[in-house]
Formats: sequence, C-alpha cells, structure tokens
Amino acid sequence: MKPPSALPSINPANVPGTLASRERAEIDASARGPVLLFFGAAVFWLLVGSVLGLLSAWKMTHPGLLDSMAFLTFGRIRPAHLNAVAYGWASQAGIGTGLWLMARLCRVRLMRQKLLVSAALFWNVGILVGMLGILAGDGRSIEWLEFPGYATPVLFVAYACIGVWAAIMFRCRRPGHVYVSQWYLLAAFLWFPWMYATANILLVWQPAGGPAQGAVNWWFAHNLLGLWFTPIGLASAYYMIPKILGRPIYGYHLSILGFWSLAVFSSWNGMHHLIGGPFPAWMISASVAASVLMFVPVVAVAVNHHMTMSGHFDALKWSPTLRFTVFGAMAYTVVSLQGGSMSVPSLSAVTHFTDYTIGHSHLGMVGFFSMMMFGAMYFIVPRLVGWEWPSAALIRWHFWLVAIGVLLMAGSLTIGGLLQGLAQFDPTVSFRSSLEYATPFRVVRGISGFLLLAGHIVFATHFVRMLLKSGRRREGPALFAVPADNKPETAAA
Amino acid sequence: MNRLPGIFAGVLLAFASAWLGLVAYPYLALGHMQPVPDEDTGEYFPPASPGLAVAGQRVYASNGCLYCHSQQVRPAPLSTDIEKGLGRRRTVPRDYLRAQPVFLGTMRTGPDLTNTGTRQPDANWHHRHLYDPRPVTDWSIMPSFRFLYKMRQIQGQPSDDAIQGLTGPMAPPAGWEVVPTDEAKALVAYLVSLKRNYPLPESPMPPAK
Repeated sequence: MKPPSALPSINPANVPGTLASRERAEIDASARGPVLLFFGAAVFWLLVGSVLGLLSAWKMTHPGLLDSMAFLTFGRIRPAHLNAVAYGWASQAGIGTGLWLMARLCRVRLMRQKLLVSAALFWNVGILVGMLGILAGDGRSIEWLEFPGYATPVLFVAYACIGVWAAIMFRCRRPGHVYVSQWYLLAAFLWFPWMYATANILLVWQPAGGPAQGAVNWWFAHNLLGLWFTPIGLASAYYMIPKILGRPIYGYHLSILGFWSLAVFSSWNGMHHLIGGPFPAWMISASVAASVLMFVPVVAVAVNHHMTMSGHFDALKWSPTLRFTVFGAMAYTVVSLQGGSMSVPSLSAVTHFTDYTIGHSHLGMVGFFSMMMFGAMYFIVPRLVGWEWPSAALIRWHFWLVAIGVLLMAGSLTIGGLLQGLAQFDPTVSFRSSLEYATPFRVVRGISGFLLLAGHIVFATHFVRMLLKSGRRREGPALFAVPADNKPETAAA
Repeated sequence: MNRLPGIFAGVLLAFASAWLGLVAYPYLALGHMQPVPDEDTGEYFPPASPGLAVAGQRVYASNGCLYCHSQQVRPAPLSTDIEKGLGRRRTVPRDYLRAQPVFLGTMRTGPDLTNTGTRQPDANWHHRHLYDPRPVTDWSIMPSFRFLYKMRQIQGQPSDDAIQGLTGPMAPPAGWEVVPTDEAKALVAYLVSLKRNYPLPESPMPPAK
C-alpha cells in the first residue's frame, strides 16, 4: 500500500511547479531585512545570555565571586540569563525562522517589512529595558516573567506587530496545501500573545490573589516552552529534514496526530512544576496525566522524523543544517520523555527542587531548541545574504562545542541532581550533604558552560563574517563533506 | 488539513480548555480566599504581617532569593518535608493569601524558608548571615548581601542598629560598625515574619510531640 506520505502537500520541495527558483529568490530577498535583523539581535543576546549563565554557574561553586556589587548578585544575573536566552535569543531566532518559513510556505513575498522592522526594534528595546531593570533590582522574581512591568508592554506591542503581520501573510497566501510547518507556526503565533498577555495581566499589572499566582505562573512558563518554542522548533524540523533529503515527510496522519495531541496535552502540563504544592489535588493530577500523555505527540513526531531520515542518515556527514536539526529532533524526543517521567510523583519526589530540573531545561533549550535554530539559520542566512558560509570548519567547531557542551551540562546536572534529590528526600541525611553531593557536578557544569560559550562565540563570529561576505566566493554551500550521491536536492544544504 | 478556519478554531479551543482549568479556575476560586477566624480565640489566620515585612517582599524579589529558596511544605508521601522539619503541617492555598508576589520556588539550593521565622526568630542572626554567610555557616554557598549594609566609622556612641557579633574577613575593624540599610531591615523583617505556625481548617496543626 502506498503510504499517505506520498501526498505532495507534506513535502515543500515537492510542490510541483509552484515555485521557480527565481520566485524563491524574490521571496528570500523580500525577507532579508527583517529576518536578518531578528537573527542578528538573537545572536547578540545569545552571547549576553551565555556570559550571564556561565557567571551564574561559577557563582554556585565560588559564592565569593564578584559578590560586592548588587547588580552582579546571583539572584539577579540568573534571571537576567534566563530572560536574555528566552526572549532575546530563542524567541528572536524563532520569530526570524518563522517569518522566513511563513513567506516560503505561503509562497508570497514577505510584505509590510516596515511593520516587522519596527517590531524587531520594539522587541529589543523591551528586552534591553527589561534586562537593565532586572540587574538594577526591579525584577519580579516570577519565573520566566522577571521583566519589570514597565518593559513588558513594549514587548507586547512588538509582538502585536508580528501577529498582525502573520495574519496578513496567511490571508494573502497562494492557494494550495497548508503544510505541517504552517500549522505549528499559525498555532504558536496565536498561543503566544494569549499566554503572554494573560500572565502579565494576572501576575504583573493587576496581580491575582496570592494562592492563584503559582498556577498562572507555571501554566505560562510551561506553555512558553511547550507551545511557543516547541512548535517553532518542530516547524523548522518539518521543513528542513524533507527539504534537505529531497523526500517527503513519512506520515501525513502521524503529522496530524502529533500536532493535535501537542495542542491538547501540552497546554495542561504546567502544574507538574508544583507537585505537592498548595493547590487542589485535581489540578496537579490533571497536569501529571497530561504530562504522561505527552508521550503521544512526542513519539508521533519522533517516529515521523526518524522514518523520514531512515536510510538517509549518511546525509548527516555532509549537511550542517541536517546535523544540527537531527540533533535537535533527537534531543526533543529525549527531553520530552524525560519531562513526562519527571512529572510522575514518585520520581518528582526526588528530582523536584534539584539540579536535575536545570539539566532538563538546558537539554530542552540548548539541545533541542537552540540546535534547531542553528540548523535553520545555517540554511536561511545564505539565501538572505546571497553568500555561502565562509568556513565549514567553523560550522564543525560550532557543532561539536555545543553538542559536547550541552551533553556534559545535562549529564552532570542529571547525576548531581539525583544525588542531591536522594539526599534531600532521606530524612536521616542533612541538608549540608545534599549540597556537598551536588558540588562536584556543578564544577563540571561550570566547565561545560565554557564549551557552550565558545561554541556560541564561534557561531557569532561566523555570522558576522557572513554579513560582511568575507572570504572568497564559494561555488556551492559550505558542507562538512562531499555528498555521496550528488543529487540536485543536495545543493540545498 | 487545508482548512485554515478549522485549524484556527482547534488550536484556540485546545488552549482555552487549559486556560479555563489552570488560569480562570484558580483566579476565581483561589484568588479570592479570605482569612479564617480561629474558633477559640477569634484571631484571624493567616495573620497580617507588619508593614516592614510586607515591604521586605520587594527586596526578596529584587535580589532573587526565590532562585535558591522554596516556600512550600509538601505532604507525605510526596515528600519528607514534614519529617525533615520544614514545617509541622503542609502548606495550603490560604497560607499565601497575603503574599505578593508568591514565592513558592522551584529550587532548594538553599533550605526552604516557609518557617524560617519560627526556626530563627533572631533578626541579628539574619543580618549577620546576610552580611557574610560563611562565618555563620561555614559550608554555605549563599552569596554575601553586604551591598545591603553600610560600614561606617563609629561617631561617639555605637548605633543601636549596628549588627552584633560579626566575625570573619568582612567584619568591621575596631572603631567601625556595620549597619543595615532600610532594604536590609525590610528583608529581615520579612524573613522573621515567615511562620506558618497557625492552624487552618484545611490544614490543622498536628498535636505537639
């Protein structure tokens, strides 16, 4: 039986005769300004966020480090790290990728560039004000929402421009199939303003009564990961994997299953961050059940991507985009299954409140989402700039530094967190011991932070060289190796 | 799936269901709780905190104490919090109705602070500990918050506010003293106010051992 995957609609490379390469080039040219602006700003905040993260990590093993000034105290640079990475880097890389994918998949030139350029400027002003606010002591200490109340309206205005733009693009799209990446992008662009406005209104501008706040906080924070970053990351994977391999996504119905089960289950996950907390039991039970059910969307997507890759794994040897994307897709599977397991109360009893959670979140934000975004940027930026990446060696350095860095970080925090958690659970063991068990693993994490920062510096340098069109003009894209069978599709890498 | 209105409606409905359950419900049901009077004494629980302690929440948020310290006591068998002495009873929604914002926390890099005012009611101890933690607890990895304090030369009589018994490398030399800023005073007032040692109908105090 012919699998439903033969439907051309789910392979963007396969839509017959809709896009001449000249048309594609026109779309890319129209996306150039806004997308490069979001990407450039994202790379800047990635470096800021990495330095702040590294400093936070070393302060945990060396508490006397730079402790005399208020703005460098751990309790300020740690939320500054998170917000620089979440809103500065990840959201902007995701928005840039989303804009480009949207224009390509709607098969229309990117319109209203000025709206997007204003959005990018507003967004970055908002982040800058928010970051300075946190460092100056105006942070809210509401996790994932630390920006002070005077910064978030700016971010919201910026986002409104993007949302309006996305609606215009969808209205003006060329008739034809709506590709799976577009479902995810459409959903993410609708969910984000809803979650962000709700959380800011109920926690920052007109705070709800105390007992309700924790629920709103973690409903938001989990959704930011599960229904903002995740759909954008998956949209990119659903585009890049078939595009580079030149073959359609394996299963159309698996794509549908993965999408709808994510929408239904992920939005209920938030309370698993508060197991045992002061809330009615049904709220926490609902979240635990939804978290375990996340098995469905995760496995559906994993099988779909794996079967698409199946027999073509050798492409990882030459395609930078594919290598980053597949690493991200594998990390997504692992981190999501891990997240489901952590919401089971008996395991949560040990891992909750420990470094285990920090390892998990870095596996998600670096191993999954950032790797996905790096892969997308390696594909998109040459098409915007009209220049190939100057050095395959730098891409290789970037990949291995970040890949080893994140595995070392997640691995050390996972083991350290388990020991810490077992000590905290055991009534006969002192609190001091829980700290001492975690310490050596925190040193390893501090070292892994250097690898990540180094990888990010390599990438940023390469990105700047790309914008300057440095080096000699290349004949084809910068690949790790020569593809075994030089099919026409492989030129897309 | 080519019908955009269907996708549009579906993603909004899916999201709305959790929004109703995890946002609208707690906002309405938990967000408007009231203190309850004790049957015997008529005293309302949880009790109101002094104004300085209320202001201290801002200092706690501003310096990110939450990133290492939780404020929740979980019931058994989900945890051993009670056995470990974090509190005599679990915390319930009503315990937080005066908290603004709520600092439940997700990390225990440092100890839980739900009942720190019960365990350590001495304000001077908290000042010594915040000014320089390691002379007080040698294995602590808490940062020093000495930027919330002023070291100054003693003019005539030592100040009543001066922290007593400072030792270690940051202790003031002879003829000098360390005094807390208003922020430090508010923070310590907040910390010593953290006592969930009152009964609530939904989480009564177990009889003392």
